Formats: sequence, structure tokens, C-alpha cells
Amino acid sequence: MKPAPFDYYAPTSVEEALDKLTELGYSGKVLAGGQSLIPAMNFRMARPTALVDLNKVKELSYIKPTADGGLAIGTMTRDSVVEEDIMVNERYPILVKTIKHIAHKQIRNRGTFGGAIAHADPAAQLPAAALLLDANFKILSKAGERWVKATDFFIGPFMTVLEPEEMLAEVVLPPMPANTGASYQQVSRQKGGYAQAAVISTVTMDGSGKVKEARVALFSVGESALLASKPNQVLAGQVPTAEAIEEVAAYVAKNECDPGTDIHGTEEYRRNLVHVLVRRALTDAVQQAKK
Amino acid sequence: MTESTISKSYKRNEDPRLLTGNGNYIDDIEIPGMLHVAIKRSDYAHAKINKIDTEEAKKMPGVVAVYTAEDLGDYWRPGPLQVPPPTVIKGSIFHARPLECIAKNKIRFSGEPVAVVVAESRYIAEDALDYIYLDIEPLEYVGDLEKSLDPGAPLIHEDLESNLSADVRQEVGSWEKAVAEADLVVKKRIVTKHVAGGAIENRGIVIQWDDSFKVLNVWATTQGPVPMRNSIAKYLGLMENQVRVMNPDIGGGFGPKIMSSQIDDVVIPWIAMKLKKPIKWVEDRRENFLGTTSERDQVHYAEIALKKDGTILGVKDEFYHNTGAYNPYGMTVPLNTQTHVISNYNIPNYFTRIIMVFTNQMVVTPVRGAGRSHGIFVMERLLDAAAKELGMDPIEIRRKNILPPESMPFRTGVIGQDFVESVLDSGDYPGALEKTLEAIEYEKFKKEIQPKLRAEGKHKGIGVIMFTEGTAVGPYEGAKVMVGVTGKVNVVCAYSNQGQGHYTTFAQVAANQLGVDIKDIEVVIGDTGQWQWGVGAFASRGMTLVGTAIHNAAVKVREKALNLASKILETPKEELELADGVVRIADLPEKFISLGELAMRANPTRGTVEEGMEPGLEAASYYGPPHGATGYGCLGLILDVDPETAKVKIERLVIADDCGTNINPMIVDGQIHGGLQMGIGEAFYENLVYDDYGQLVTASFMDYLFPQATDMPAKFEIKHIVTPSPLNPLGIKGIGEAGAICVPACFMQALEDAFEGMDLDITDSFMSPGKLYHYVQKAKGA
Repeated sequence: MKPAPFDYYAPTSVEEALDKLTELGYSGKVLAGGQSLIPAMNFRMARPTALVDLNKVKELSYIKPTADGGLAIGTMTRDSVVEEDIMVNERYPILVKTIKHIAHKQIRNRGTFGGAIAHADPAAQLPAAALLLDANFKILSKAGERWVKATDFFIGPFMTVLEPEEMLAEVVLPPMPANTGASYQQVSRQKGGYAQAAVISTVTMDGSGKVKEARVALFSVGESALLASKPNQVLAGQVPTAEAIEEVAAYVAKNECDPGTDIHGTEEYRRNLVHVLVRRALTDAVQQAKK
Repeated sequence: MTESTISKSYKRNEDPRLLTGNGNYIDDIEIPGMLHVAIKRSDYAHAKINKIDTEEAKKMPGVVAVYTAEDLGDYWRPGPLQVPPPTVIKGSIFHARPLECIAKNKIRFSGEPVAVVVAESRYIAEDALDYIYLDIEPLEYVGDLEKSLDPGAPLIHEDLESNLSADVRQEVGSWEKAVAEADLVVKKRIVTKHVAGGAIENRGIVIQWDDSFKVLNVWATTQGPVPMRNSIAKYLGLMENQVRVMNPDIGGGFGPKIMSSQIDDVVIPWIAMKLKKPIKWVEDRRENFLGTTSERDQVHYAEIALKKDGTILGVKDEFYHNTGAYNPYGMTVPLNTQTHVISNYNIPNYFTRIIMVFTNQMVVTPVRGAGRSHGIFVMERLLDAAAKELGMDPIEIRRKNILPPESMPFRTGVIGQDFVESVLDSGDYPGALEKTLEAIEYEKFKKEIQPKLRAEGKHKGIGVIMFTEGTAVGPYEGAKVMVGVTGKVNVVCAYSNQGQGHYTTFAQVAANQLGVDIKDIEVVIGDTGQWQWGVGAFASRGMTLVGTAIHNAAVKVREKALNLASKILETPKEELELADGVVRIADLPEKFISLGELAMRANPTRGTVEEGMEPGLEAASYYGPPHGATGYGCLGLILDVDPETAKVKIERLVIADDCGTNINPMIVDGQIHGGLQMGIGEAFYENLVYDDYGQLVTASFMDYLFPQATDMPAKFEIKHIVTPSPLNPLGIKGIGEAGAICVPACFMQALEDAFEGMDLDITDSFMSPGKLYHYVQKAKGA
């Protein structure tokens, strides 16, 4: 359980880090909190030639309000810092709830917000939260910056649109609309463990008892985090009746996820979980929105 | 009279050191010039070895040596066989195939060692593993217990006619007679699942050959230092006093560390002598999963014969037991199963048969519970099935058949793991049942709470089952107690401590005789340089066997102190007492002599002594019981099941347990807590899964779910019953396995109760939500 040999670089600025990533190309790998990469290296499942450690790049760790009422979160901000941040708690309570389900406190003290998104584990919380909250990602390279929406960022298990010489530098969350309720639902074998199915949902009401927008993100049930489209198609402009929610939940479970069979559960069982959890998440989010 | 130190919850002597990070574990040991070992393990489960090419690995910078079985030359040999088969059971078949320390011509399980790399660092040693090339011919994998005996099944040991490892039949009374008289016979196929030991610290060994003094110093995580010392001495041709096995602090054992015939025990000592360099090997988690030992894999074909009123006439249980690729630990596990099937109830006729088979899986040896869990699971599931058939309440059928207190001691007629008849020595079994029922409010739950919940669509179920825990088996343990010149006391044994609290409980036993503070007693455990004799930590035997030996030795030391003080103080010894570290005249406490002073005088350096005099305030003693002392208890669970997701929450857990005298009730509770956590793991989280090619799918904690503190119920409600064992002076029985063996049976009963009205018919000891969902779907007819 010792990693294979690798070169190690610890730049202290973004500029220096981008220089190194450009120089290394496909040989380089960014090390953020290391909570996924290091175990993978110890198992020798990951054998990067060189690590570019961002832990000394202090300028990548921050939480700043944006002009429109959203937040910008630096990629190296620790999960536990986001979890405890006052602005995050005020503006995105659902994000706090989501982060609390990431492993255990000790891991959240090291794990980083941007690192988990760039790692793109299909069973991880933050890629799904980014989809749900319609996050926008600032990506830097020596050539400059580009912006990619969360919906365009994830392309498969542990795969994103990031090029080897690029880094995810900042995550911008747009403001949460008024009259929005949210819910986090998961079934996992153990507290802090991987979910067998998980759903995060927001529902924005229009003030007349009808749904303005319903968003449902799923993870651990496909090749990457997923944003279901059916809920909004069916519920937007409608009164969210139990029947309508049930219809949406059944549809999503059948058509908008792809859970496989593993040692902990069959595909049938996990689709059943998606069904139950989507129903519970939407029902709960509607309740929250009405408060 | 001095105050007793027995049955008091002293805080643990060892904790300040351990909790402040001052423990000294195997990987903390550093010796200048030390080399490191990594083991090349087979990726294949079953294969013929043509050639192992280590040339490239040997050339790597930092690599000192690489060894295969060929390189071991004459030193290579299978074994040792750690536990022999019981010859007392007539007609038994046992084909001994002890472990091959390193595979020679054939690979028999995935994870089996095929080569050893010695290098300047563990990093380099692991790097070199990639450059060892195996030329092998894969063979068909044998993993199914029952199919392993099919005609034409690939042979794991080609010199045998089949994959049969052992066949042992025992019968008490006549099963045929029971069937003839029965109103009802219920049959079930019952499966117990494969689980790991999962100690927080894996195995490890550090070896230093001292070439000037010709002594091999061995630091090892072994649960049995003396047998390990003997085995190493025999293999290397050394005298016992040339091999010193020492336990550092150990982070849990649970069985797999009793093994002393694995590569680390047999090959690494040889390498250390050959290279004349200190060597360290610390097993990593993946190796622990793949290559160490595990347990619980059995398939039972069980039957129970009853009268209409629920009276049991007999039980028949024929079971397959998976021993893995080798059987170095004899039949300990399945023999425990045979004795534990019948041990709570009056079962006049019992036929039991072990069909032990070889498979291409890791070796099976005891894991906390060691066969007991399986037996309890079979019996309790049979009773639940019978109760269902008879329309009886599960509690009523138990009340009807439970052994009454007046039947103790109860001779079961079944030979157990200690090769003698299993005898239930003492206890109030119905008392434990009633105590649990009362504490968990069984009647109220069934009659008032559950019907209301049902009406609300909620699925909560209750389960209550009985168990016994055969503990404290022989052959023997020993200890030495010595008062030092400072007045502090040394208790020395070659047992092994993995966290059980012996530094405290052993001290309590000695302090009780010697009248010293338990903090003034230094307990030395597991150092064969300080104490030569002993067997090892297994079968919940430490407190009973070592504790009794310490008690007996301390009584002798007390006598010695009193006799000497009597002369010095010129007072009859009946008028003396030991307290506060002195011997004093009871009625004249200002007249005393300290134990330290007595110790000094007990070793005169001039003058003459009386004939037969033994120097020092020191005595040794040994204790071996005629048979084990049997603990027992009753477990009650209330489970809350989400019928949509099949998630299960333990709402209440009540356990009544009798382990005789509790030397330290807090530590007893701790043993029960830890055991229950393992039991909950077995029922609900843990499962070793092999794929169709014999690859272990669950070789890390990502896939193998080990119960965490956060998975435990809010409270373990423990009710103690104390029936001192008549077998030893302190009345002790073991407690190490109680919690670990009772959960699956109770869990399944409670799950079935949560879905009362549906026939879930659970006959499997492991039930994840994913499985439960399908059981419910099936029962619904979906």
C-alpha cells in the first residue's frame, strides 16, 4: 500500500502551478485535498508520473460574495470551511446539508471543494450539487481563463472537460431564487459511506401554489452525476400534487438514471431507491418552499 | 480486612499510555539497518506454477534479495499443523494439509504468497513486485462448498481423492428414534456467510538475528507467543532460549493473529538469519483481506423433530464447512459449531456431521466467535421455523425447551474443540430469557405497540434469542507473581494482549491477594524471554486461565510473605494482614514490615537457609480446567425497517449475559460492546465476496463494510447475571465472544417479525437492505 514512484512539485502561486502543469502535460496530476487520489495511488490504481500540489497556493482558498447575491468559492477551499461558512449557510443551506454527507469530518477537513468536482467521482456529492445549483466553473491555463457550466463539465466517470494543462480555479454559484425549498435524500450502507442512490432537489414556487422550477440532481446511479429533465418538464407551471410527483419519480427511476448491480444491491433495488428518493426529495422540497 | 479488588470497575492501567500516543506497536519498532519485506501474491485462485522469474526484480536498486519456494531449498516444507484433529471422535476422517508458507508447484488461492522481496524500504520492495513474472497455467476455480465434492471437480490437493478435508459424525441418543416419535419434522437449508477478522492493526513481524549471542529476537503481533517461539525454534534448529518472541502493543487480534504457520512466521525468520539483518514486515490491509484468514462460511442441512406441543425430540444437522485452501487449524471452528447447536436446550437426540471441504479461497481459522455463531444461528432459526409451523410464539417454544438451572452441570455428550465432552458448567438460562423479555418489554411491544404501528403502516419487529458461549478451554496457562524490592509487584505470563485490558484485570487478581494498589502491579504479557510457558489468546480463555494461574500464584506469594513476616514480627501469621503494601499485625497496624523489605529478606545473600527454602517473594502456578466454562445469555432486538428502502435501524438492543464473576465489570461491558459491534457487522454489514474466478471482490474497506461507531445503536442495554463457575476459585467464565455470536439469529427473527404476515423465511446469516428488499418482494409475490 505504498505508491509507485512519482515526482512532486509544490508551487506557491497559481502562475507557478500553471507553468508546471503546462510543462508536465499528460504526466502531471493536480493534488488538491488528496482524499481520493492518495488512496488510489496507495493501491497503485493511480500511478501519476508527477503531482502538482496546490496546497501551498493560498490564493485558491476563499469564499466571496458575488454582485448578484451568489458566491464564488476558490477551488482549494476545504469542504469543512464551506460547511461552516456563514454566507454559505445563509444562501445555500442545501449545500451545507449536502457537504455534511461527504464522508466524515476528518476527511472534510482535508478534502477540497474544487478537488471533488474536478475528480468527478460519479458517487460524489459535490458534482451533483454543482449541477443542481447550476454552478459555473472558472478554468485557468497559461493561455488564459475560460468558463464552463456544470452541465457541460462532466463527461463520464472521473472524466471532465479539463485539459491536462488546466486547473479548475473557482466555482461560482448563482443566487438561489426566492421561494425555493430544497431536500437531500440518500440511502447508503453506512453513515459517511458511498450512497447506493442519492437525490438532491430544489423546487422554486411561483407564489400561487404552482412550481416555477423543479431541479433534481442524482448521483451514485450513473456514470456521472446527473440532472434529471423530467421533473421540470412535468412540474413547471403545475400544482405539485402527490400524483404528479409520483409520476415524475417513477419516470426518473426508469429512464433518467443508470444504476448497475453491485455487491450491495441489484439494479432493480437501486432503481427502486431512486424512485422512492426522488419522490421524497420533491415532496420535501415543496414543503420547504412553502415555509 | 483488606478491601477486595475483584468485581470493581477500575479504569484501565494501560490507558494513559495508549491514549496519549505512547503505545509501541509493531510498526513503531525501528532498528538501524533494518530491511523491509513485500510479498508477491498470486492474482490467480488456482494455477500450476511453471516458473517464477525474479531476475529483473533482483537487479533493482535497493533490492537486497528475492526468494521463491525454490530458493528456500530444503527449508521449504508445508506446516506446521497448528491444531491436530480430535482422535477421540471415532470414525473421523481428517486429511491434514497445513499451509504452504510460500507456494511451490501450485497456487491454491488468490492472495497466496509466491515470492518475497527484501529491500531497503517498503516502497522499493513493493516497486519490485511488479518485476516478478509468473509463468503459470490457470486451473478451474473451486469456490462452491457443495459442488467442491462433485465427481470431477478440480482437485485442490491432487494427492487426495476429492476435496474432502474432514468428515466427522457425532450422535447423542438416536435421531432415527426422534423422527419416529415426532409429530413434526422441520427441515431448512441454512447458510452462514464469510467474514473477516478486521483488527484495526494488521499482522506484523520484526526479526533481528543477534549473531554474536546467537539469539533471534522476534517482535510479533501473534496471539500465541509461546507456540510461535516453539515453531520458529523447531524450523530453524534453535533451542527455545535462542528465540525470544515479544508482543509489542497490539491493535486487536480476533483470531487471525493466532496463526503461526504463515509466510511471516516461517519464511521471514529464515531470511533474517540468512541475511543477518533486522527485517520488518507489516501486512497492509489488502494483504490482510486476501491472504490472512477468515471464517463463517458454512451450509447446513438442518432438521428438528418435535411433538405437537413444541417439545423438541431431536435435531439433525449435516453441514458443509469451508476450510479454504488448507486446514492448518484442524477442526476447531466446525467442532465449536457442533457443540453450540444444542447448547441452550434439552435435546435428547442429536446427530451432527461436519463435511469439511477444501476450496480455492483464503484459509479459514477462528475469527471471534469461531463456529459458535453458526451453531446458534442454526438452532435459533430452526426454533423460529418450528414455532411458525406449530403456530406457537417464538418465546413459548424456547421456554418449553430451555435447560433449567437444576440441570447444571449439563453433559451434552458432544466432543468440543478441546477434545473433551462439552459440559455446561452452571447458569440460569431461563433467568436470562425472562430478564431480557422484561427489559425489552416484549409483551407490551407485541400486544400494544406493534399493532398500533402496523395500523400506521410501520414495520418494527422484535427478536429474542438465546445463546451459549463455550469459553476458557484448556489445555493450560501459567503465570509468575513476584514482589520486587521496591514493594511493587511483577505479574508475568506468556499470554498475549490485543486490547482486552489484561494490564488491569490481571493486576486486580494479584492485588486482591497481596494488598497492593493495582497501579503498583506491573503486568508483563507475551514475552517468552521472561516466561516460558503458555498457549495463547483465543476462545475467551485469558481471564479464566491466566487469571486463575495468577490467583493461585498470588496465594502462594501471600503465604510466603506471611510466613516470613510472622518470623520477623514474631507474631502468628493468623494475626497478620496484607494491606497498603505492607504486612502488619491486624490489631496493631503500626507494627508492620513492607513487602519490599520482605522481598529483600526473602533473598538472603549471606548465612544459611532452611532446607526446601525457595528464594524471593515469588511463585509460579499453572491452571488447566477439565473442560471449558460456558457463558450464556439472551439477546433482544427491536428493529425499525423502512419498507420502501429496506433500510434497517436498531431501535433497541438488550442483552443479558452471564460470564460468572466479573473481575472488572466495565471491561466486561466493553467486551460485550465490541462483540455486539462485530455481531451487528456479521448480520448487516460484513461479507467477503468472491467472484466466479475466485477473486476477492471485497479486498478493501471501500467494499468490505466494517461497522463504525456511527452505525451502532444509541445504547447497548446490558443486564448482568452472575453465576460463578464451579470450575475455578474465582468463578470466572469468558466473555470475549458473547456479543459476536448472538446477533444474526436475533436480527433475522426481528426482521421476520417486522414483516409479520409475510413469509420472509430468512435462512442466511447476512442481510443487507439490498437483499432484504428482494426477500420482501418475493414474499409479496412481486
